[in-house]
Amino acid sequence: MVMSWVWAVLVGISVICAAVTGNIRGLSGAVMQGAQRGVTLSISLAGSLCLWAGIGKVMEKLGLTAGLARLLRPGMVRLFPAAAEDSALAASLSANICANFLGLGNAATPPGMEAARRLAARSPQIASDELCRLVVLNTASIQLIPANVAALRSSLGCSTPFDILPAVWITSLCSAGLGLAAAWWLGRMGR
Amino acid sequence: MTDYLIPLLLLGLSVFALGRRENYYDWLLSGGAEGLGLVKTILPTLVLLLTAVDMFRASGASELLSRALAPAFSRLGIPPECAMLVLVRPISGSAALAVGGELMAHYGVNSRIGRTAAVMLGSTETTFYTLSVYFGAAGIHKTRYALPAALFADFVGFFTASRAVGFLFP
Repeated sequence: MVMSWVWAVLVGISVICAAVTGNIRGLSGAVMQGAQRGVTLSISLAGSLCLWAGIGKVMEKLGLTAGLARLLRPGMVRLFPAAAEDSALAASLSANICANFLGLGNAATPPGMEAARRLAARSPQIASDELCRLVVLNTASIQLIPANVAALRSSLGCSTPFDILPAVWITSLCSAGLGLAAAWWLGRMGR
Repeated sequence: MTDYLIPLLLLGLSVFALGRRENYYDWLLSGGAEGLGLVKTILPTLVLLLTAVDMFRASGASELLSRALAPAFSRLGIPPECAMLVLVRPISGSAALAVGGELMAHYGVNSRIGRTAAVMLGSTETTFYTLSVYFGAAGIHKTRYALPAALFADFVGFFTASRAVGFLFP
């Protein structure tokens, strides 16, 4: 439903704008060009996407997420105290965080949902502070290697698609850190 | 430095897997086949969204939007050309991919705007979608401060992305 609105708003504004500025011919040309560019872009993304999906599978099968989870455990228990008493919760939380970190978005969602369910069982109806923290962490997206963006850049002819990584790391850390700080502050305000 | 990361990751994974006598080439293949499925689902989405995004630019609407938001964005150091990306990012991941790709193609992948768009895409998430998936799974309707905190994190991301690109790629 959301996408129907996004699409309608984009097209609606474009038509009105083009009618007002008298550029309706350019607009109708853009319709076909845009559709073709959609195919070109998807095809040129395909190679990197496939390769990266393969690498992701290898990282998953080799148990890299599990190894990373052990490293992150002390920090995680501070952020989610409930994980100290509930080992199943701790497992799904760390699987979620580590899969996100390695850029395995598809592998991150199921354990994330499981962790959300377990956190909600401890405080039904109203979101607990820990559940809010989990959601903020997931929306802030801390990623070691944002493969999709690198694929997009190289499909557009960039020869060094990974040179943005340090900037991505700085940005993710700032947004996750300040997002968690905001959650902590809002949680105290509302009490 | 970052040039080493991916080749070394590939090498490290293969050595590690071979050391454990795993048939990891099969995993690469089956993962790659799953990736192809992803391409199949993303293609119609990108066709639709790039049509809308190209219409938006051709009509002059994207220029109007960035001009309208320019005063506020310039004060924060965010390129006004990225206005559309900032607005769409929390709502739809594929629309953000389309808008970001369009910005990179239009201004150049190594331009300041192109890089800022890439960093914004790589360091933020589709907030509304993530929120609905997680709270939906948990069966919770009273989300308290989760949405404002998550949107604040997005905002920090957009701001920092612009600053970090300006700082690291002068």
